[in-house]
Amino acid sequence: MQALTNRGKQVSREPMSFMERIYLPNIFKGMAITFSHIFKKQPTIQYPEQKREFSPVFRGLHVLNRDEEGRERCTACGLCAVACPAEAITMEAAERMPGEENKYREEKYAAKYEINMLRCIFCGLCEEACPKDAIYLSETFAPANFTRKGFIYGKDDLLIPDKNKAPEEYAAAKGAARV
Amino acid sequence: MTLLALDWILMLEKLILIAIIVFASLGIALYTTFSERKVAAVLQDRPGPNRAGPMGLLQPLADGLKLIMKEEIIPNSANKALFILGPAMAMTAALMTCAVIPWSSSVELFGRKIDLQIADINIGILYVFGVVSMGVYGIMIGGWASNNKFSLMAALRGASQAISYELAMGLSLIAVLMLSGSLSLKTIVDQQMAPGAWWNIVYQPLGFLLFFICAMAECNRTPFDLPEAENELNMGYHQEYSSMKLGFYLFAEYVNMIMSSAVMASLYFGGYDIPFLDESTLAPNMAAILGVLSLLTKIVMFLFLFMWIRWTIPRFRYDQLMNLGWKKLIPLALVNMLVTGAVILWQQG
Repeated sequence: MQALTNRGKQVSREPMSFMERIYLPNIFKGMAITFSHIFKKQPTIQYPEQKREFSPVFRGLHVLNRDEEGRERCTACGLCAVACPAEAITMEAAERMPGEENKYREEKYAAKYEINMLRCIFCGLCEEACPKDAIYLSETFAPANFTRKGFIYGKDDLLIPDKNKAPEEYAAAKGAARV
Repeated sequence: MTLLALDWILMLEKLILIAIIVFASLGIALYTTFSERKVAAVLQDRPGPNRAGPMGLLQPLADGLKLIMKEEIIPNSANKALFILGPAMAMTAALMTCAVIPWSSSVELFGRKIDLQIADINIGILYVFGVVSMGVYGIMIGGWASNNKFSLMAALRGASQAISYELAMGLSLIAVLMLSGSLSLKTIVDQQMAPGAWWNIVYQPLGFLLFFICAMAECNRTPFDLPEAENELNMGYHQEYSSMKLGFYLFAEYVNMIMSSAVMASLYFGGYDIPFLDESTLAPNMAAILGVLSLLTKIVMFLFLFMWIRWTIPRFRYDQLMNLGWKKLIPLALVNMLVTGAVILWQQG
């Protein structure tokens, strides 16, 4: 049979030698190994106090971006929903009324925008599909919930807080690591 | 003050001593469980329990509280009286050993010379062996009374292991007794303390190794923890036990460890002797306190050794266990005994 890797090792079926049969030398060797581990650095991260940093390419919870003036960028074109392989995104479009120019950037906006976080596979294709830079994957993740309904995130959950009005909430939504 | 021809102050003194030693052993055992977890963690590059109290120091209290608060289940088909007797016996047998261990020389308090040993009986080490074998009854009764075939099988496993290893243990001990000529632990320690005398480990390295291996088997410690193999052999004799009765079984193991460490320290490592120091030059009380500390240090080192071994090597298979006990340890102990006897005879003649 051909070996899958070159790391395979033939199991020795030879009877144990005298040194092996008295066990002690190997036991001492093992004890030396475990003793050396006393001085090794522990990789533990004390979780609630310390948090492991995400990698720079981490794809977490989605945020709906605003432009510099704090207006929603999303125009409800539906490209993200089309790109989504898990069909997690639904939206309903609405027309911008006169006097709403400070709220929405374009003439059309998303009245309803929902992502089902149980369906989402966090692939980031919506981020790539978006022509308006409106949807981004942040460096936070969806917290646990008691109901399935709780995992359907609406616009109030997704829309990023205004950078100019609430900078702290804005930073939290983006994810602590990237600040 | 003599009433009923009894020295009542002596009684009081001994009662206080018993209380101190029993509670101290229980307290140390409590923290041995904690250090077991810490040592295991450190050997595996983990921090170990560190949430309860500063550095996790309240962890044993939390563990104990958890065990006490848990539901107490006695199986319907179990023999109730024996079911309760099992853990009680294991614990009693474990604690009774401390009676003959010389914790230190004597202190002078209120004009009385108080020996820091509950009873200096002339068959001290024999008493230890008798009591330790009683611990097997705790296992057997617990396993039998549970009315569960797995518990019973585990109890049989435990009993046969204890009996096999007690033989080799006794044989390796005989060599020490030949050297000292006495069964009293106090005398054995005093002989090692005498100026110019070496510790028994120097004369009996093989004997000590055998004794240590057997002590590990007696305490049901890894690599000999077949009676209660946690994962692969269906728990063990305490499978049906819950709440504090289970706690007593687990706790008895740690008390046993402390006691066997104390016995080993007394037999082979000079007991409360401080190395390279002539205790007679110190004030008696000072010498006694330092002696206790010295013995405790030795016990702690043995406990660490027990844990270190547990978290290093895997468990023996049952046939390997029996092979080791009967075909290797007993012949070695016999040879050791014969050689010791021959050397003593040669020196005399």
